[in-house]
Amino acid sequence: MPLSIDDVRRIARLARIEITPAEADDVRQKLDGIFAMIGRMRAVDTAGIAPMSHALDAVLPMREDQVTESDHREAYMCLAPAAEAGLYLVPKVIE
Amino acid sequence: MVHGVEIVLTAPLADLAAALAAKLVSAVELTESVLRRIDAANPRLNAFLTIDREGALDRARAADAARTAGKAGPLTGIPVAHKDVLMTAGLRTSCGSRMLENFVAPYDAFVVQRLADAGMVMVGKTNMDEFAMGSSNENSFFGPVRNPWNPEYVPGGSSGGSAAAVSARLVPAATGTDTGGSIRQPAALSGICGLKPTYGVCSRFGLIAFASSLDTPGVLAQTAQDCALLLNAMAGHDPRDSTSIDRPAEDYARELGRPLDGVRIGLPKEYFGEGTEPPVIEAIEAALGELCKLGAKTVEVSLPSVDLAVPVYYVIAPAEASSNLSRFDGTRYGHRAARYANLTDMYEKTRAEGFGAEVKRRILVGTYVLSHGYYDAYYLKAQQVRRLIAEDFRRAYEQCDVIIGPTSPTTAFKLGSKVDDPVKMYLNDIFTVAGNLTGTPGISIPCGFDQRGLPVGMLIQGRHFGEARILNVAHQYQLVTDWHRRTPPLAP
Repeated sequence: MPLSIDDVRRIARLARIEITPAEADDVRQKLDGIFAMIGRMRAVDTAGIAPMSHALDAVLPMREDQVTESDHREAYMCLAPAAEAGLYLVPKVIE
Repeated sequence: MVHGVEIVLTAPLADLAAALAAKLVSAVELTESVLRRIDAANPRLNAFLTIDREGALDRARAADAARTAGKAGPLTGIPVAHKDVLMTAGLRTSCGSRMLENFVAPYDAFVVQRLADAGMVMVGKTNMDEFAMGSSNENSFFGPVRNPWNPEYVPGGSSGGSAAAVSARLVPAATGTDTGGSIRQPAALSGICGLKPTYGVCSRFGLIAFASSLDTPGVLAQTAQDCALLLNAMAGHDPRDSTSIDRPAEDYARELGRPLDGVRIGLPKEYFGEGTEPPVIEAIEAALGELCKLGAKTVEVSLPSVDLAVPVYYVIAPAEASSNLSRFDGTRYGHRAARYANLTDMYEKTRAEGFGAEVKRRILVGTYVLSHGYYDAYYLKAQQVRRLIAEDFRRAYEQCDVIIGPTSPTTAFKLGSKVDDPVKMYLNDIFTVAGNLTGTPGISIPCGFDQRGLPVGMLIQGRHFGEARILNVAHQYQLVTDWHRRTPPLAP
């Protein structure tokens, strides 16, 4: 089923990407093309097939529960668009 | 001497290594020559985003000092370029995106560190499709890369800068990453070799994540032998990547010299159907003839589910991308919009400005297929069909040692010719994506040209951890052919 402009707005909202009214229809058309291509896969009978999430079906290893990282706070925080006193600054969220 | 050195300096990596070992040339001379070639060609090709001149010369001096001290390894002093998706400490790592336009990486990727430890001289960072999403390098925020064989054509993508840089002989080797074909397809379209190892052989630590269950670091170089030498240095277990495989080190060059007598080449009938350009099929058939003359046998195999690989890929890769790229929100690093009304508005504007159209499209597709009510119909379904495809390959490898076909259904296409049709662009990866879904290794090597003089690539695929065998087949082919020695007209 083709996507509506409202579908596009809803997905964009979930993805936290602003889509302007001017670009919404072009986005919708291109997504429709992609979902039409993907649609062929949905018709396959996969009853009883175990999903494959890893190319080698490997189990993720466990490590010892101990601190292995050293302190990189300064090196990483200096990359932030806005930081002060060891805190990331964002617009006020609590009135 | 200068004349002799100039000839040597565009030779394959293995020859340069021999020249360095014999002290016919120093790492500093070699690096200066590479920097000169980059300066001469980059304004036309746009293959490099960052050139680290001073750093490169420092590393070259260190390599020469190591050699004088008797501490040189096989790759010491060889220049290398890194795809800009790999973190390089202290050097801009943009991922081809406005989002990371001014991002300076705080640490090295594992594979960057490994090649530095091997004494390689990193000279700069190569252009790429934004966040490695693309098959033409036209999705870079920093403009497209041009194909050294014809500047009106794309070099392939997403490792298009690395492919063009090696093809134009600017550097003997470059790293790449391959999530759906991003090493093998640009290698094919640019007329060089591109190796995607088995998933887990090279650590993803410091590789800016696109689709974590598919992302695979690898190499681009002039010959299969060079790829083997590079993989020897890059491979290895890394506890910082939970999917890195802990197995004993191996010499990937150990089988290069083995004759091909009795090697069984699987030919999937699905790879030779309509949709592949006749000049591509003709070049592959001629190459198969050469391999048979060397003693290999062909056997027809079938991969009945492989035509579902592209649809499956375009569910799994965008789903994982939508999750991985949620970290780019203008808070901890990267671009932040200049004006916004509140926190949500900051996220939405930052991401609208920082990402290009294709990256946004894939995030939207991924968000949709993971959203409430759609997960089973798309993501779970795709993971189930992924297993059907993996089973096809497992059964095929019961009958053959390697699988051979075209890397891409076409040779390079014109800049701008597919940018408005995402699905058409996605079909470039029709022969490569299955290798990512199954995690099996593959190498693309040059095997001819089309009527326009654009290179054709042959894809040699193997079983999990079958790198030595596919490199063997590729090397034996290169001993009796000279396609890999052809130099493009735009090489300086």
